[in-house]
Amino acid sequence: MAKKLMKGSEAIGEAAVQAGCHLFFGYPITPQNEIPEYMSMRLPQVGGTFVQAESEVAASNMLYGAAGSGERVMTSSSSPGVSLMAEAISYLAGAELPVVIVNIMRAGPGLGGILPSQGDYFQATKGMAHGDFRLLVLAPWSVQEAADLVQDAFDLADYYRNPVLVLGDGLIGQMMEPVEFREGRLPIKPLEAKTWAATGNDGSKPRSVINSLFLDPEALERHNVHLKEKYDRMVRDEVRFQSYGLDRDYDVLIVAYGTVARVCSTAIDELAASGVHVGMVRPVTLFPFPYQAVREAAARASSVLVVELSTGQMIEDVRLALANSKPIHFLNRMGGMLVSPDAVVDKIRAMADGRSTEVVHA
Amino acid sequence: MQNDVIMAGFGGQGILLIGKMLAYAGMREGKEVSWLPSYGPEMRGGTANCTVVISDRPVGSPVIRSPRAVVAMNLPSLDKFEPDVRPGGLLLYNSSLIDRRPARQDVTVIEVPANEIANSLGNPRGANMVALGAYLGATEAVSIDGVVEVVRETFAAKPGVIEVNITALRRGHEIGAAHTVGAGEA
Repeated sequence: MAKKLMKGSEAIGEAAVQAGCHLFFGYPITPQNEIPEYMSMRLPQVGGTFVQAESEVAASNMLYGAAGSGERVMTSSSSPGVSLMAEAISYLAGAELPVVIVNIMRAGPGLGGILPSQGDYFQATKGMAHGDFRLLVLAPWSVQEAADLVQDAFDLADYYRNPVLVLGDGLIGQMMEPVEFREGRLPIKPLEAKTWAATGNDGSKPRSVINSLFLDPEALERHNVHLKEKYDRMVRDEVRFQSYGLDRDYDVLIVAYGTVARVCSTAIDELAASGVHVGMVRPVTLFPFPYQAVREAAARASSVLVVELSTGQMIEDVRLALANSKPIHFLNRMGGMLVSPDAVVDKIRAMADGRSTEVVHA
Repeated sequence: MQNDVIMAGFGGQGILLIGKMLAYAGMREGKEVSWLPSYGPEMRGGTANCTVVISDRPVGSPVIRSPRAVVAMNLPSLDKFEPDVRPGGLLLYNSSLIDRRPARQDVTVIEVPANEIANSLGNPRGANMVALGAYLGATEAVSIDGVVEVVRETFAAKPGVIEVNITALRRGHEIGAAHTVGAGEA
């Protein structure tokens, strides 16, 4: 199929449709309104259904019901809206329902602002809601990758029977880039029929029950162990990352994800032109986090720079990966302000001549 | 080689549209492109701008702090982006609506009476096309023929405005070509 120039939000919507998602439930919030807008136009063309719910709480519970019927389903929102969906996401994880959730992050906390941020890293990877569950979290750095990861997300959700979160920022949602949708794409996982789905019953098989309530503690513990085993398989099999500039010697290793990593790649290219070589590991999966890749790449560097649009969240996973083996420096912007390539270049130069101090956690 | 430009003006001047046309034509030529709009609260009735990157290799940062070129369609846009143009770069300004000359001495300044030209063509809404043409004439970031094709497709539903917009594009191109600054940086 020929390349099309698409907004990230539209590409996310089209990718979902091409992955067989025919049901979308959502509630408007900037900067991701083009996703529901696109789905409201596109889904009727394929016999699907778009519902603008009365709230995020309602949309996320509609998602629960529709996923229980075995259909491929999606919702999208932005930071404050995702918080409102958090309770249902815990139930979805508990009931092992495959859904795809897109969070196009905006600056917070609270209502915050509408411009790009990476302030929801903790929420996405550590503490979405109550209980003891994990989401698979995929973080695209381009419009093409957003489309690819959304399609993968549906396969991964079905395979693991678990919610998958695609975590982008306002830049990914708003910018236009060329996108190509591969024809004849095959699932990235072997997928079985959804015999667990509640699709009506004529008495010829046991009833399917979609539920996250386990009042018997022994049964609930067995369920917890089962879920943990699933998360362990994700950690073993689903880690994704991209290396940039690791084919040469480098003094500093950058760790950054999403569009911030794009900005860093330009800084790395500019520095290389002046003879300063910097490497980068870009986590594509935030859970599972590429601890080993970061550790191995950092072993070749004298120090590490983490760049984020937050007060410092992913940096904690980098610290876990490095276990105090290397000094870590930090560069960030917040509130919807962006890190520029020049700022990354300046920070790298400051690290080289001792003007930057490492981050010390008490 | 990379060309990058920030195009800015009032909401309603068609700034985001000419940026999209530029990106689309670049993609058609086999280039890597990105188009990034401002989407802050200032868009509601205020100023609008977009950043377009056209490159021979995958686009790194879609955010450009010091663009190689700025197209300023009104005074607030000139005030905001004039300091950001990369030294040696290009500053096109809409002299129909901007009553001061840019102060920068280290960039190529091109005066484009975009609204006057558009009005003289009987197409007052075509000032954006004049500006896009001038940018193309000065940089050859993409070929004008490719943009003409995109104009035909963009306005396919309104065939009455196709030729007048192409004329506006070509008039702008003549102004820009008189100040050619050459292809983008490696």
